[in-house]
Amino acid sequence: MTAPRPIRLTVNGVSYEAAVEPRTTLVDFLRQDLGLTGTHVGCEQGACGACTILLNGQAVRSCLMLAVQADGAEVMTVEGLGGRDGALHPLQQAFMEEHGLQCGFCTPGFLMSAYELLQQHPQPSDDEIKEALGGNLCRCTGYMAIMKSVRVAATKLRAASPAAAGTVEK
Amino acid sequence: MKPPRFEYAAPTTVAEAVLLLQEHESEAKILAGGQSLMPLLNMRLTRPGLLIDLGKVAELKYIRESDGGLAIGAMTTKRTVEDSAMVKSRYPLLHAATLLIGHAQIRNRGTVGGSLAHADPAAEYPALAVAVDAQLRAVGPKGERTMAAAEFYVSYLTTALEPTEILTEVRVPALAKDTGWSCAEVARRHGDFAMTGAVVTVQLGSDGRCAQSRIVLFGVGPTPLRAQAAEQVVIGQTPSEQLWAQAGQRVSEVIEEPLSDVHASAEYRRYLAQVLTRRALAEAAARARGAA
Repeated sequence: MTAPRPIRLTVNGVSYEAAVEPRTTLVDFLRQDLGLTGTHVGCEQGACGACTILLNGQAVRSCLMLAVQADGAEVMTVEGLGGRDGALHPLQQAFMEEHGLQCGFCTPGFLMSAYELLQQHPQPSDDEIKEALGGNLCRCTGYMAIMKSVRVAATKLRAASPAAAGTVEK
Repeated sequence: MKPPRFEYAAPTTVAEAVLLLQEHESEAKILAGGQSLMPLLNMRLTRPGLLIDLGKVAELKYIRESDGGLAIGAMTTKRTVEDSAMVKSRYPLLHAATLLIGHAQIRNRGTVGGSLAHADPAAEYPALAVAVDAQLRAVGPKGERTMAAAEFYVSYLTTALEPTEILTEVRVPALAKDTGWSCAEVARRHGDFAMTGAVVTVQLGSDGRCAQSRIVLFGVGPTPLRAQAAEQVVIGQTPSEQLWAQAGQRVSEVIEEPLSDVHASAEYRRYLAQVLTRRALAEAAARARGAA
């Protein structure tokens, strides 16, 4: 049974069928089998958050999951944030403009954690931003510029979609 | 930093999972949310022959109220507990403890049963289970049985579960009337494992004295530690800062040999246990007054 097992999943809106060895982690599957190298592998023990992706809309560590566990799931990676034409998502734009990154290694994880936050809280408080990003480590930028990037992106997203600003938070 | 080879099975019912455990007893390992097991696999600290993934066992995902308490299926994620309006309003201690577990990304995958059965001595849920007298239900080849949390925890990462049993449910009683609570811990970074923590309840009687109290420490021994000597200091007495400090001084008696590692020395953990007991008692009593 260590033979490859068939899985089906959707990644960034594209359906895939693949055969994976059970011990393959989801992050290795995304990077090596699908060629989606935007998701970074950091600590491989769930501490750094660099490999954060969305699984059925929730931010999770893709190093702490097996690819076989993603069978039937809907996955979103950093490649799915921007437009197909290469246009940056407002979060990516804000990280660039507000110096929310330096080396960029941790950035995909921060973007995905922030994306889940803004989906649920279009107008997050600083405490909510800290809570959502507390599981992501950055070793060069420091967190103030990252917090500011998320605040700026939230403002832009609300302006672009006024309906979202009126969304009742759960 | 890649998992070793293993076989993998994804049963869809508890019965199927138990059968698999029976067939592969010594080499099988249950995979719940994987937030503790995956790091162990990645670091090759464990090499199971077979992983039995409970992710597709739908019957283990629920939160419902019954008999004056909460019944939670073992595969319910911490995120589901955290988001439950019923938990937030009627089981605030469980809600507060949940928010102290890992980070949001960990709670999105990590499960209630996984935490309880993994039995990490620094984890919040096992201490909470002992503090509120939670009941743990397990299913094995001979059927099901229920254990009190205090009997469930045997040693470091060791529970009373038989090798062929699966933890399926935890029952968390609602706190008695006029009971305040606190879940206090010290961690280097919010979301990291606590160096030491305390789950405390205080019930105030109509005379304003402490009618009941529970003091359970975590991160200072092989299992959650109930500090009965400290509880006895509090029970029957009138709340005061001095009383909480006296109780704090007694918790050392149950701490035999706290861990000593890069995060904290044994001596510091002992000190934290005393301070956290004092603070948690004060907070719990204040809440009890508010609820009275």
